Amino acid sequence: MTLLIVDTLTKTYATADGPFPVLRGVSLTLEAGESLALTGESGSGKSTLLHLIGGLDRADAGRIMLDGQDIARLDDAGRAALRRGTVGVVFQQFNLIPSLKIADNIAFQARLAGRHDAAWCATLADRMGLTDHLRKYPEQLSGGQQQRVAIARTLAARPKLVLADEPTGNLDETTAATVMDLMLALVAETGAGLLMVTHSLVLAARLQRRLHLRAGQVA
Amino acid sequence: MTRAAFAALLSHWVRNPVQLFTLLAGLALATGLWSGVQAINAEARASYDAAASTLDEGRYDRLVARDGAAFGQDVFVMLRRAGWLVSPMLTGDLDGVRLIGIDALTAPAGMGPVNLGGDVDLAGFLTGGDQVFANAATAPRLGAVTVLITPDLADDTAVADIGTVQRLLGRAGRIDSLLVLPDQPRNLPPLARIAPDLTLQPAQGSTDIAGLTDSFHLNLTAFGLLSFAVGIFIVHGAIGLAFEQRRGMVRTLRALGLPLNRLIGLMLAELLVFALVAGVIGVALGYVIAALLLPDVAATLRGLYGADVSGNLQLRPSWWASGLGIAFAGTLLAGGSALWGIARMPLLAAAQPRALAMAAGRRASFQLGAALVLLAVAIVLGFNADGLVTGFALLGTLLIGAALALPPVLNGMLAFASGRARSVTAQWFWADTRQQLPGLSLALMALMLAIVANIGVSTMVSSFRLTFTGFLDQRLASELYISTDSAEQTAALVAFAEGAGAAVLPIQSADLQIAGQPAEVFGTRDHATYRDNWRFLQSTPDAWDTTFAGQAVVINEQLARRGALGLGDMVTIGSLTLPVEGIYGDYGNPIGQVVLALDAFAQEFPAVEPRRFGLRVAGDPADFVAGLTAATGIGAGQTIDQAEIKALSLAIFERTFTVTTALNILTLAVAGFAILMSLLTLAAMRVPQLAPAWAMGMTRAALGRLELLRAVMLAVLTAALALPLGLALAWVLLAVVNVAAFGWQLPMYLFPLDYARLGGFALLAAVLAAGWPAWRLARTPPGDLLKVFANER
Amino acid sequence: MNAKALILCLLPVTSLAQGFAGLGTEVDGFSTPAPDPVFDFPADHGAHPDYRIEWWYLTANLEDADGTPYGLQWTLFRSALAPYEADGWDSPQLWMGHAAVTTETAHFVAERLARGGIGQAGVVADPFSAWIDDSALEGDWRTLQMRATGSDFSYDMALSATGPLVFHGDGGYSVKSAAGQASYYYSQPFFDISGTLNLPTGDVQVTGSAWLDREWSSQPLADNQTGWDWFSLSFDDGAKLMGFRLQQTDGMHYTSATWITAEGETTPYADGALQVEPLLTNAAGVPVHWRLTLPARGVDVTVQAVNDDAWMTTSVPYWEGPVTFAGTHQGRGYLEMTGYD
Repeated sequence: MTLLIVDTLTKTYATADGPFPVLRGVSLTLEAGESLALTGESGSGKSTLLHLIGGLDRADAGRIMLDGQDIARLDDAGRAALRRGTVGVVFQQFNLIPSLKIADNIAFQARLAGRHDAAWCATLADRMGLTDHLRKYPEQLSGGQQQRVAIARTLAARPKLVLADEPTGNLDETTAATVMDLMLALVAETGAGLLMVTHSLVLAARLQRRLHLRAGQVA
Repeated sequence: MTRAAFAALLSHWVRNPVQLFTLLAGLALATGLWSGVQAINAEARASYDAAASTLDEGRYDRLVARDGAAFGQDVFVMLRRAGWLVSPMLTGDLDGVRLIGIDALTAPAGMGPVNLGGDVDLAGFLTGGDQVFANAATAPRLGAVTVLITPDLADDTAVADIGTVQRLLGRAGRIDSLLVLPDQPRNLPPLARIAPDLTLQPAQGSTDIAGLTDSFHLNLTAFGLLSFAVGIFIVHGAIGLAFEQRRGMVRTLRALGLPLNRLIGLMLAELLVFALVAGVIGVALGYVIAALLLPDVAATLRGLYGADVSGNLQLRPSWWASGLGIAFAGTLLAGGSALWGIARMPLLAAAQPRALAMAAGRRASFQLGAALVLLAVAIVLGFNADGLVTGFALLGTLLIGAALALPPVLNGMLAFASGRARSVTAQWFWADTRQQLPGLSLALMALMLAIVANIGVSTMVSSFRLTFTGFLDQRLASELYISTDSAEQTAALVAFAEGAGAAVLPIQSADLQIAGQPAEVFGTRDHATYRDNWRFLQSTPDAWDTTFAGQAVVINEQLARRGALGLGDMVTIGSLTLPVEGIYGDYGNPIGQVVLALDAFAQEFPAVEPRRFGLRVAGDPADFVAGLTAATGIGAGQTIDQAEIKALSLAIFERTFTVTTALNILTLAVAGFAILMSLLTLAAMRVPQLAPAWAMGMTRAALGRLELLRAVMLAVLTAALALPLGLALAWVLLAVVNVAAFGWQLPMYLFPLDYARLGGFALLAAVLAAGWPAWRLARTPPGDLLKVFANER
Repeated sequence: MNAKALILCLLPVTSLAQGFAGLGTEVDGFSTPAPDPVFDFPADHGAHPDYRIEWWYLTANLEDADGTPYGLQWTLFRSALAPYEADGWDSPQLWMGHAAVTTETAHFVAERLARGGIGQAGVVADPFSAWIDDSALEGDWRTLQMRATGSDFSYDMALSATGPLVFHGDGGYSVKSAAGQASYYYSQPFFDISGTLNLPTGDVQVTGSAWLDREWSSQPLADNQTGWDWFSLSFDDGAKLMGFRLQQTDGMHYTSATWITAEGETTPYADGALQVEPLLTNAAGVPVHWRLTLPARGVDVTVQAVNDDAWMTTSVPYWEGPVTFAGTHQGRGYLEMTGYD
């Protein structure tokens, strides 16, 4: 079954130098459980595409059919519900909530989505090697550990689609490799689709399919 | 969803208790300042009322013995049984306190101790319980009696039942005067038939200071509004920072799927909870402030919190409502813009955390534009304001405009200094100060408004005090006031006074219409009393000479303003038409006045026979009265020692003037706290900014010193800018608001020493506020500074 | 000058009536009325300082030469803070005088306050004199002189009794509640009265009939009673009816009545015999039309105020004014209503 259909999506940003077209008619599809790497130069539009699919921003034109629903034109509340329940985003900056303990951070999105499952959270923490850190705060963890928390937080809510934006961009190579292994394994186990933005061809090679963007179009 | 999100929002405060403290403390302080000012204002009114009622004993006609001595209370009963509505009084000295005995059953409404609670032991008061009423300051001086505290009495005054006073003074059955109630029955039998030994002493009309005190109340109300403005800036700063600090969290929450309107609802709920908590603390704080500042703690308790329930019950909810009202209003006003900012904040800007400076930078030009518009409006209003509404509009535009203009102006000054800096340290210092400015600007605006309010209000208060003192000197210049019964007594008085070397100044007037306005014409004798004491607002050089020569008149300001009369304009008094050669200030008088030479007056109003006289006596007035009584039979009962009344009323006023000094310190302390709060919040951001300077060889101690220096320098600049603004505020209060409200202008005096002291306080506040953050900065562990470079990637 | 409440204003509230509801408060040390009283005249026309409250209460229905009706009131209240009298300012006896004249369109009121002990107010039994300031009621109870002044009116009246004293309740022991609260209560309802009213519009010569009540007690009301409606009616055939209804906090009422024949013979009626029903209230919510029925005497009348606005704007406000009535019987009288402020 096709999880995601992106159809001639366009997005233009206003800049100081006038309108700048970031996406110029991008189309792609993703099957359920499939993983896809989006690569491209800085400014090629890959992060923007990810944000549009994740409901973090609105497209100017085109369609995004996610799980049978056109989300390109959803209003604020609709997009918030999408982010809560259907997709999960793993950010480069981790974006943990600094004032919550690790255990609460992991459970947070699941709680927002109303499908908190303590056993599943414990499993994720265990798989991510975070069991000893559950009572700590994010600032007490290393970057790699923080990103594992972010991934666990995303998966705890059992999203149908995981969106990852340079998830290991802030990590050193060894750590990045460990984190990536864990993420790919767990995403595969949960059966979620994965769309990952990366500039690393090595990382991209580990996903089932790759798509290269150039100047806002699929190359 | 809601619970998880709310828990996340609140967890911020659990993790950052200092931020929570500064937010709540800022809100609570602003509320406390407002409540405190309200309480102090109420106390000021109460002490004015007390002053007024002390003076108002003279508001009623009185019956006194011709010889001024006490007389038997049977006279009182005889008069009552003949239909005269009179009430007995007995006054004497008890432990140095002026003890006034009244009969509550017959006294005119409003006389005597008031505000008795429902539980008052009435039987004790009326039937020999030795209960005496006095204010809290006077109470301890009264020894062996039961003193009940009431804020409505003046200092050094106590009131009790007349029976109690007779016993305490050892004067059983005696009274020394009878107040004549204004509303007497018809067909009263003549006094001479019932009590031939008594003489009617007319009410003293000229001590009506109600207009003057109204003016002062209005200005204190303006102070209340200014303190509100200061409070709003502080609350705005506190809330703005609280939101700024949680920007990242807000974005994360939204990215994770929390709907925007739910988020805003939650933050609003959170704000309201804070407003409630801080409001309650603030009202309590206002109580503490007022209680500490005021000499009369009991009075404050009663006025602010209705602790002494009866009669004041309605005050209590209104105080709480007002205190919580400002907490909520301030929070919503300040939180509104913050929430608006969050509502408009793009979800994705998270990727580029921006400095406060950048956000404020974009705002700066808009702010400067708004400031210029407001100030332009203020200038236009300054030339045209002629009513209360425009007067307050002028106040508002002037203050808000100036506050908005402060950050851009400071920025310009810093840029100028930066351009002139030679050493690299100085250059870095100025540049770094400019970068700090946006984060501090709200606190500095609050500081400036605090200084402005203080300069404006202390100028107004001090000018008021000088004016009032002068006014009393003018009005009550004579050592003695004497009224006579008959033309024979008048002649005897004049003869005796001339022999004793005393000047007799007749006080006689006639009512008529002048320039379409109701006015009193006074026939006045040439005497140095007028030349020395009366203050002209405008006059020709020889105004008194021409006036006493019968060739001109002088008029009061009310008549000049209402009748549109200026120097040289002609006024018609009966058959006379004379030019106005002088206009004098006449504070508190509701109607117009004209001063005419005695001879001209006598010609124009032959029917008016002088019966009241001011006497300028060189020696002891008491000796003069004794001699007068012996020689003419005019008794002490017909004389009033006005110097005593003057001293008494001045002392009462003095108490309120000290309150404003306390307020000055209070508002500056709150502004200082705002600076402290801002610096503490900025401290975390400071580390990355200071780390490079440290790495390049500046010691931490030097950095700390520079931090302190920066705060002091900003405070000095702010104070310097506040001075002219404060004087402008004083001018608006005295020359616009007052004129609009009461028809006369209070002259403005300048008090450079006071301003210097205020500036000193402002600096002190800044130093105290900046001290701790600077000290903390100077002790930042090197590891934290290093982290700045080690962090990320 | 402060416009706040003053001892003066509190006095009547705390002592004279504490609102009328305060009359139900028990106070120690005072004597209380006992059944089977034996009155001693003229001594009992005078003051009884060991009782907490007492009054000399005169109302009159008057008319001028044209038949225009007027009402007149002269009242002296005594209220004791303690059960004794003392000389001078220490006297715990407080006096309150009320005087009023009611026309069809106006209501003039005067109030005076005084303390006993100094001579400004008081009551002496023999020769009888009751006074406060220049208001006085003096004479031997066969004939009386009466005068009062206010700021906008005064009157000077002569009264002459045409019948005997009448005693209410059980020989002058008048029970006010089921719990047994009572007062001593007698009246002289058979006065002819004539004299001059001095009103803002000029002097008016008037004649009519007057009713003088004497009552004293220490706790005349039960603590759940908040006010009363009191009627004194003079029937055209010469008979008279005194009746009152006490209001209770539970919404119930306690009624009492005395039927007085033209010769002065009395019949007391216990609670329930007299029925009193408000029909119509004035703008301020005070009933000014009433239905009174006393089936035992075949009385069923509608009572109507001469002037609806006879509100006494005194320290303790109440309604007091002349009435007329019609129905099974015709006549005129006076109505007093308390507990409506």
